[in-house]
Amino acid sequence: MLSFLLIILVSIFFMGLVIRTKSLASGRKGPGILQPMKDIVRLWKKGSVYSTTTSIIFRIAPTVYFSSIIMAILMIPHGNQPGIISFGGDFVLFAYILALGKFLMIISALDTGSSFEGMGASREALFSMLVEPAFFIIMGSLALFTGHTSFYDMFSVLNYGSYISYLIGALSTFVLILIAMIENSRMPVDDPKTHLELTMIHEVMILDNSGFDLGVILYCTPLKFAMYGALIANFFIGSLPLQISLPLFFAIQIVFAVTVGILESFMARFRMSHNPQFIFILTSVSLLIFFGVLLVLGKFI
Amino acid sequence: MEKILIEIINLLAVFSLITLPFLNSKRLGIVALVTITIQVLISFALVFLVFTHGNVEYYYQGSFITGNIPIRIDYLSVWFILLISFTFLTGAWYGFQYMKKYQEQTSNLQLHAISYILTFTALIDICIVQNAIVFLLVWEIMAFGSFILIIFEHYKKETLRAGINFLVQSHISILFLTLSFIWVKVKTGSFDFATITSYSALHPSMGIGLFIFLFIGFAIKAGFVPFHTWLPLAHPAAPAHISGVMSGVIIKIGIFGILRMLTLIKTDFIIIGYFILIISVISGLYGVILAIIQHNLKKLLAYHSIENIGIIGIGIGLGCLGLGHENQWLVVAGFGGALLHTLNHSLFKSLLFYSAGNVYQFTHTMNIESLGGLLKKMPHSAYLFLIGSLAICGLPPFNGFVSEFFIYSGLFKGLTSNQFTLTLTMLFSIVALVLIGGLALICFTKAFGIVFLGTNRTEIKADKYFEKPLHFYPLYLIALIILVLGLLPFLFSSTLLKIIGLFQINSGTITIGFMDRTLTNLTVIGAYSFAFIILTGIVFFVRWLIIKRRTSKADLTWGCGYVGETKKAQYTASSFIRSYRKLVEPLLYIKKKKIGAKGIYPNSLKHITHPYDRIESYLIDKPIYLFRRILNRFAFLQNGNIQSYILYGFVFLVAAILFPIFISKIMVFIHLLNQL
Repeated sequence: MLSFLLIILVSIFFMGLVIRTKSLASGRKGPGILQPMKDIVRLWKKGSVYSTTTSIIFRIAPTVYFSSIIMAILMIPHGNQPGIISFGGDFVLFAYILALGKFLMIISALDTGSSFEGMGASREALFSMLVEPAFFIIMGSLALFTGHTSFYDMFSVLNYGSYISYLIGALSTFVLILIAMIENSRMPVDDPKTHLELTMIHEVMILDNSGFDLGVILYCTPLKFAMYGALIANFFIGSLPLQISLPLFFAIQIVFAVTVGILESFMARFRMSHNPQFIFILTSVSLLIFFGVLLVLGKFI
Repeated sequence: MEKILIEIINLLAVFSLITLPFLNSKRLGIVALVTITIQVLISFALVFLVFTHGNVEYYYQGSFITGNIPIRIDYLSVWFILLISFTFLTGAWYGFQYMKKYQEQTSNLQLHAISYILTFTALIDICIVQNAIVFLLVWEIMAFGSFILIIFEHYKKETLRAGINFLVQSHISILFLTLSFIWVKVKTGSFDFATITSYSALHPSMGIGLFIFLFIGFAIKAGFVPFHTWLPLAHPAAPAHISGVMSGVIIKIGIFGILRMLTLIKTDFIIIGYFILIISVISGLYGVILAIIQHNLKKLLAYHSIENIGIIGIGIGLGCLGLGHENQWLVVAGFGGALLHTLNHSLFKSLLFYSAGNVYQFTHTMNIESLGGLLKKMPHSAYLFLIGSLAICGLPPFNGFVSEFFIYSGLFKGLTSNQFTLTLTMLFSIVALVLIGGLALICFTKAFGIVFLGTNRTEIKADKYFEKPLHFYPLYLIALIILVLGLLPFLFSSTLLKIIGLFQINSGTITIGFMDRTLTNLTVIGAYSFAFIILTGIVFFVRWLIIKRRTSKADLTWGCGYVGETKKAQYTASSFIRSYRKLVEPLLYIKKKKIGAKGIYPNSLKHITHPYDRIESYLIDKPIYLFRRILNRFAFLQNGNIQSYILYGFVFLVAAILFPIFISKIMVFIHLLNQL
């Protein structure tokens, strides 16, 4: 319960921090930290326009997408406080629930019959397929490292002994940050601020959404960021008591947001055809983590 | 009691064989439907009896060729009888309306109905007969029956080609089975399956060889790569209900065979486990990689069957490794996942094929590229296809997720073991399973999105449609069971436990009591799927509360300011998978024909692609081509001249008589030399 509330809280100011960092990096003052959230709330108050080509799929998809992310957040623990849902193998459900939301968003993009949205849908489907193995290998490494198979058990047992295990923590953080960037279609893979439909991924999928539904979809981005931020934070919190873990959690989320902002300010977007190679790197880095774990446990023959 | 039920089922098949040829098409349909329904109800009763009262074993006095014919009905048999019966029932009800437009082809329909009933009966018998000769006999009836079912539209050249391909490959499968049964017979002198156990217990190393022989035989039926090549040809050629039944259960009889042999053979399960696991991972990946690039909806679904057979195989391999390493988690998760996925796949694959059949009846084409926007014209089929797609991608809250979750938990448990090879194998199986899931997502977003959403891509000369109740009632029944299995998987946990108990658990460390707890841990997943549904319901309610006061209007899709006709500007299936195709190009074999833009005013551009199967071209086409080249040299022998044929006969007879004499003379000569 605690971790759920924390993630919701962080999601409110996360994008604001990212945008603020970006504007400071480009020499502007930038909007207030709550501005992105205010934009979303304004969208929630608006009416909507639906394309005549669309069917009911288009209307239900954003809501299911949103609830899939909420469901995923419910599974994330906070140090030694388990998430609301916690059982052996819960990260499988975590990944598959997110995939369900994605499935519906992809078909809702195809539902509009627009060529742009089809393009975005195609890319989203491919990239999310490519990014999945990295996540599962990290979770497999953690399962191997701790001998447990649920988020809560893995993170509460996690402790760092040797130098290699620090390396494992650092690499996992790196991979999770990049997974978060790809899942949210941010900079090295996709540029949310681009003005050209041909080069977008996620933004082009939601060209036809408006009003409340658009607000819901836009709110999903900070939610997902905060969710992955909480996962990263769990790597460091371990079984620390609350008075240390709470400030640490916020510090990590803020550092995460600033990192995202800095990455977006100083990195250029890849060519679309180079994205798969980039995403494959994640899988190989996570394989490195796996072998690191084998090394720590002395299981190499 | 069970004996009588089995006999009634078989007698009903004989009865249909006698009566159906004398009926006209209208009565024929009704009689066939009633017969198959009664047969299915009886087999449901049989399933219920065995699950409540335990295994049944009795013998028939066979002839001097077959020896005693043992009939053993255990939990594994009835599990497969259950899923076969259900799919055949829905198939019959769906097929009843599907066949209406062929009403004037009375004799063809008679043959079709008889084969349908015979195939069903043969499948039931395969599950219970444990005498090698009788087993091969019913297997042959099943293979031949499904051949006739496939070639219903035999006046089409493509269909006949696919059918004959199927027939040939089924008989290669039978050849392997025959050889391995002969092997056992020669070594033990009996056709009873029980001798397999005693033989392999004495010679465990021989057991592996025997198992691989049997595995190849059954794998051809099941469609494991590289024995899959008949599958993508046969499915599109058959009528929709036959494709559904074939993909749903007829290929599963191969899985049944493998599982049955695993319960019988006593040997080194670790080697067998790795063997099955590797083949299954390859099948799963290869099936889905090829499924994505298909243009034909039914062919796409057929390749997906190969993928799902791969997933089932991963479960079986995992279970075998569990037996070898005496790890009960792996046994429960592996075999439990495989058995459950067999049931699940029979449900959602038949659902997908039936709804694809509705699409075919409406549009008369299966080419994905020319379809589009069907959701508005045939909403029931569209929603049913969507449910099937979500389930086959293994997404919660549907049943596919439950079985994949079983297999995932088994793999993650295996990961934490102490053997390095096992850990590494598990890791790569996990990566493979994840990739299979992700690729399935691409595949079915493409299939559903392009076929049912957007607007129509070409002008289709469609009938005035009409979704009649029989088009979708049997399908809704399947969809309901899919949802029930997804939400309440614990309903089947005691059943699964009984079946898992059949495998050769020969050590004290694995006990049924512990397995019960493990299975409870696994089936809890249904509760969370249920929680997700409730959560989504709440979110929808909140949304409804908020937007009911907001305005909502309809307008055109945003086209960057362009407001004209956009039908042709829509994304197509090929463009949807283009970036994927570029990525996996080295693995694929696509025949391309391209006419690019030439000159200042190019008028016609063309780009045609025909996806083909690389394994098929190497394993089937190349050898056939070489055979042909060699055999063509002897084509002069077939000159149509009766005198020369008589001459061949004469030459043969002379050779047959003289050859032994000649050999014996040589032997005498060699003896002579030896004595010198």
